[in-house]
Amino acid sequence: MNIPTELRYAASHEWAKNENGTVRVGVSDHAQHEITDVVHVELPAVGKTVEQGQPCAVVESVKAAFDIYAPVSGTIIAVNEKLSGSPELVNQSPYKDGFFFVIKASDITQLNALMSADDYQKNLAH
Amino acid sequence: MEYIPSNPAEVKEMLASIGASGIDELFAPIPASARIEKLHLPDGISEHALVKRFQTLAAKNRSLDNLVCFRGAGVYDHFIPTLVEDIISRPEFYTAYTPYQAEASQGTLQTIFEYQSMICALTGLDVANASLYDGATAVAEAVLLAMRTSGRSSVILSAGIHPEYREVVATYLQGIASEIVTIPLVNGATPAAALKQAINEKTAAIVIQSPNFVGTVEEMAVVGTLAAANNALFIAVVNPISLGLLASPQEVGAHIAVGEGQALGNPSGMGGFSFGFMACRKELSWKMPGRIVGQTTDTQGRRGFVLTLQSREQHIRREKATSNICTNAALNALAGCVYMSGWGPDGLRTIAYTNAQKCRYAFEKIIAVPGFSPAFANQIFFNECAVKTTKNIQHLQKLLLKNGILGPMGLARWYPEFADVVLFCVTEIRTKEEIDRLVEVLKQA
Amino acid sequence: MEKLLNELSCDGHSAFSLPENDMPDAMTSSIPSHLTRQHPPALPQVSEMELLRHFTRLSYKNHSLAKNLYPLGSCTMKYNPVVNEKICRMAGLSRLHPYQPENTIQGALEILYELEHSLCEIAGMDAFTLQPAAGAHGEFAGMLIARNYFKSKNQQRTKIIVPDSAHGTNPSSATLAGFSVVPLPSEKDGSIDIEKLKIALTPDVACIMLTVPNTLGVFEKQILTIAQIAHDNGTLLYYDGANLNALIGTARPGDFGFDIIHINLHKTFSTPHGGGGPGSGPVGVKAFLAPFLPVPSITKKGKSFALAFKGRRTIGRLRSFYGNFPVLVRAYAYIVALGGKGLTRVSHHAVLNANYLLSVLKDVLPAPAGTRCMHEFVLSGKPLAQYGVRTLDVAKRLLDKGYYAPTIYFPLIVEEAIMIEPTETETKKTMDEFVAVFRAILAEAATDPSTLTTSPHTTPVSRLNEVEAARKPILHF
Repeated sequence: MNIPTELRYAASHEWAKNENGTVRVGVSDHAQHEITDVVHVELPAVGKTVEQGQPCAVVESVKAAFDIYAPVSGTIIAVNEKLSGSPELVNQSPYKDGFFFVIKASDITQLNALMSADDYQKNLAH
Repeated sequence: MEYIPSNPAEVKEMLASIGASGIDELFAPIPASARIEKLHLPDGISEHALVKRFQTLAAKNRSLDNLVCFRGAGVYDHFIPTLVEDIISRPEFYTAYTPYQAEASQGTLQTIFEYQSMICALTGLDVANASLYDGATAVAEAVLLAMRTSGRSSVILSAGIHPEYREVVATYLQGIASEIVTIPLVNGATPAAALKQAINEKTAAIVIQSPNFVGTVEEMAVVGTLAAANNALFIAVVNPISLGLLASPQEVGAHIAVGEGQALGNPSGMGGFSFGFMACRKELSWKMPGRIVGQTTDTQGRRGFVLTLQSREQHIRREKATSNICTNAALNALAGCVYMSGWGPDGLRTIAYTNAQKCRYAFEKIIAVPGFSPAFANQIFFNECAVKTTKNIQHLQKLLLKNGILGPMGLARWYPEFADVVLFCVTEIRTKEEIDRLVEVLKQA
Repeated sequence: MEKLLNELSCDGHSAFSLPENDMPDAMTSSIPSHLTRQHPPALPQVSEMELLRHFTRLSYKNHSLAKNLYPLGSCTMKYNPVVNEKICRMAGLSRLHPYQPENTIQGALEILYELEHSLCEIAGMDAFTLQPAAGAHGEFAGMLIARNYFKSKNQQRTKIIVPDSAHGTNPSSATLAGFSVVPLPSEKDGSIDIEKLKIALTPDVACIMLTVPNTLGVFEKQILTIAQIAHDNGTLLYYDGANLNALIGTARPGDFGFDIIHINLHKTFSTPHGGGGPGSGPVGVKAFLAPFLPVPSITKKGKSFALAFKGRRTIGRLRSFYGNFPVLVRAYAYIVALGGKGLTRVSHHAVLNANYLLSVLKDVLPAPAGTRCMHEFVLSGKPLAQYGVRTLDVAKRLLDKGYYAPTIYFPLIVEEAIMIEPTETETKKTMDEFVAVFRAILAEAATDPSTLTTSPHTTPVSRLNEVEAARKPILHF
């Protein structure tokens, strides 16, 4: 299982990447594997304000749908438009081309509440 | 008649296999105090007696076989080709259920795909679902779809929408923080000025029916422009037969088209042979309610059809589903599928045109009768025309019925302002002779 | 592969003949050209014979009840009496306009009235509406009734308790009616854990939705206690009638203490499923909730029947006109044909058949809810994992053998669930043949798993790519 060390992780399997105060969000390699083939991603509108821990997107397979929770509070400043035509990117490239959205964090220190790669790895093992 | 095959010997064998002393034992988990001795219903009867009983019940009704029908108001008496009933009477279709196992349900799945294709062709929109219950619930579901998509909570309804449909929208919105703004008709049409005044940043959708309930063909393109300018959705409620002739929802800028499908090959059936159709633009497809069938390939590369975009639905998403609908109106939609497939574009246009033409003929004749006049100035209508009368409407209806005619629909029940207006419906199967006879009776009234 | 209608299409072909146009040549429509369509709809152009063949060939690609056993659990795929198809299409019943004067539709109104009253007797309720067009529509009506009832009592109740073994429509309908859903974890056999229920049952719970027997085919033994607890809390009890076939004529939900119930006429009352509808989901209530039922209602004065469109406390109108009338006619014909005693025999034989089938299948796969059941039972295909086989593979292999598959992967609380409901109209012989095939398939799972995992082999198409269908949707021709 690929768990890049430079990212932070939520127990609900989102990863978050600090890019100078903005936070890029996607789902982990483990999550994309569990979801199986992603067929659709419902993304929030750009400009929407989100609260840490609140559902703000949905990722769907043929047989199931999963909520995606905002890892930090803030405003959505970009979404991955490519996912509407190519949802398979979530499976193929969960950490890069398959990202979901970017949040302008209102309090970047909220990231500290997330897990390190090590902790996430341990969490998965449980 | 019980349709229960097992004989006593088989019952005994089955009980032995179960290890039960009797059938009663199988019901042991039910508290004895909550069981009943018997149902207080009459004993069963034979098939022969059953048919007789229903013949007697049917004879207490006067059907459209015996009445010349000039009444529409949401249910229409059209010609139904024999093939339609023949196909939907095939038990391979009517005794199957929702096509969960696609490999053993390609018949149902392909017909739904074809049905969706023809609804898309009629409406000009990109995606159609497999059907909803009826026209009224289709409008309600369209309003919910618009609210989901826009995140807005107010909806503008024209008073020209079928009054029962508007009632259903109100029922559906009871549990949701929302607002319904109803725009009264002016001269039988929805006034653009009032729409312009009503629309604001809370408006999820404008809903207009055309031809509307009082028969008027609305200026739909104006509404399309207005909705687009305000980032609201435009929901067009349409009569599918009229689309052989009238501008398609796509052509007038609608985002969603819905309507009652009965006219497409289903009998009037007390209004119960219904199906709702819904089509929308592609970007709304993942928010749609109901089943949707898609084309794909099997492991050998052969074309096949499956239920798709299913993660919208209740069996997967439960309380977060786009709708609670499960069972829809598939068999009635299949009738619609066979019906649409047999006319071709020219045939459907001719039927539509004939409806409009015959209704115009009836209209001109009726308003020439003393005591009858056009309800609105410069009336533009499809197969229903509103006529004002100085006659006692109840008396008029009785007289028509006595002459074997199911007369026009009085509008007073829903529109107090139209207490003296009646709505005549004339479809392609009304003959000139029948229309002339109607006019003769009106003269006697 | 059957061609699509557009592939059969040929310019100038058409199937149907237009009624004669006897209008004077000069008569035109009133519609100006700017309101007419610019592009004709791209409908197919096909002859009548081609259409007959097309739809006939497509019909061959369906499994149907008319062909063989259709053991789809929770759907009650029982025999649909063919006589009822003829009856509902009698001109005197099918060619009626909904807005005809009441004195010209007395027979139709009598059917609706009698059906309502028969359902009251069968369900143990005081009043029924026939308006809902399907089970989920009935659930929605029931939830609105609960909502309006508490509103009338000025009580703020915002929650609905739904067991996790319930059909997805339950939580979905509750949400549509504006409630929030409290999922209740079930016991292993789908039963309610009374202690957990007590904890979940806060003062703001409007209603508990229960399916009895539950979706594992187990009767809720503590139902009387549950009703007591609910009512002590001022909470209503809702009965999802999907499984009424197990109880009909033997016990009545109303007697258990249920306040609101919906019935699926396309299940218990034998009306055909139509490839996915139309169904019908009448809703029954106890007397204190009757004022909240939707309009219109049917009334009887002396010997004549009438429609009432107003009600001070009604939840309003649920759909146009008066429900799925042809479905209602069929259901009433079914009740009349069987009579009270016949209906009791329905539950007896439905439960007998299901128990028999369970008795001969319980040694081939685990039955997590035990070795007795009501009208249906659930097996778990989990042990097949040792061969690399899943429940899905067994289901697909059944298609090869000329059967429809049971309901699979539902209820969600049983891993690799296989839910089987034979109904009372199947013979022992039919069930025995099914058992032999089912056993042979499980034997095959051990010896030749790849035949299962690549099945079906004999159906018109093999497994279809559902992922591609959803990722790159092609939704019309």
